[in-house]
Amino acid sequence: MTDVRKTVDTKGMSCPMPVLMTAKGMKDLAVGEVMLVEATDAGSRSDIPAWATQTGNEIVESAEDGNVLKFYIRKK
Amino acid sequence: MPDNDPADISTNTTGSDVTDPQSMTIIAWSGDLDKLWPTLILSSTGAATGMNVTVFFTFWGLFPLVRDDVRITGYDAMTKALAGMNPPGMKKAKLSRMNMGGAGRWMMRKVAKKNNLLPPEDLLEICQDMGVNLWPCQMTMDLLGIKPEQMIGGLGTPVGAATALQSMSKSQINLFI
Repeated sequence: MTDVRKTVDTKGMSCPMPVLMTAKGMKDLAVGEVMLVEATDAGSRSDIPAWATQTGNEIVESAEDGNVLKFYIRKK
Repeated sequence: MPDNDPADISTNTTGSDVTDPQSMTIIAWSGDLDKLWPTLILSSTGAATGMNVTVFFTFWGLFPLVRDDVRITGYDAMTKALAGMNPPGMKKAKLSRMNMGGAGRWMMRKVAKKNNLLPPEDLLEICQDMGVNLWPCQMTMDLLGIKPEQMIGGLGTPVGAATALQSMSKSQINLFI
C-alpha cells in the first residue's frame, strides 16, 4: 500500500461528520499525499467518493474491513 | 451512459465542471427542528466540498437564530404573542410533525444523540467555522420585532430579497427549506 500520511477516524459518526472530517483532514496534506478515512456510516460508501469527485481528489483504493469502510484518498 | 443519469451519482468523474466555482443558496424559511437539520447538514457539507454557501433566514426561519436565553421577542401584544406561541431559540425549535407538545422534539434529539448526529446548534457552529454565510432577513426582523442584540453572534449583516436573489442567481443549487 502507498504511504499513508495520516488517518481520519470517523467510526461511529453519522452524516455529515465523515465528509466534514475528511475535508478538514485533507487540508493538512500536501499534493500527492494519501490519507486514510475510516467510516462506519453506510452513507459514506457513496458520500466519500462523491466528495472526492466534487473536490477533484482521487480515491486510490477503497476496502471494507468488517463494518468499517476504508478510503485511501490522494490529494490532487 | 448519458451524463445526467440519476443513478450515476458516485462515479461521475467525467465532468469538466468539477473545478468550476460552485455556489449554493438556501432559503431557510421554516425554523422547524427537522428542517434545520437538513439545512445545516447540506450547508456544512457544501462548504466542505468547496462550495460558496449562503443561507438566508426568513420568516419562521429567523427564530432559531435568536439566542436561547432570550425568552420573548416582539414590540407589541401581537408580535409578542406570536413569539410566545413559537418560542425563539434553536434549542426550542419544534418538529414540523409529531411535536406532541415538545415530547417529539425531545425524542428526536435523544435519537439523534444516540446515533451521533450532532444537534443543530453544533452544526451551525461548524457552518460558521467553515465560512458559510448566514444572512438574517431584515424585513422579518422589522416585522416580528427581532432585534440584532437578541440574535446569536457570527451572523452576516441583515439583508433583503434583492440580495438573496442576487446570491441565488449566481448559485447552481438553490433550495427553499
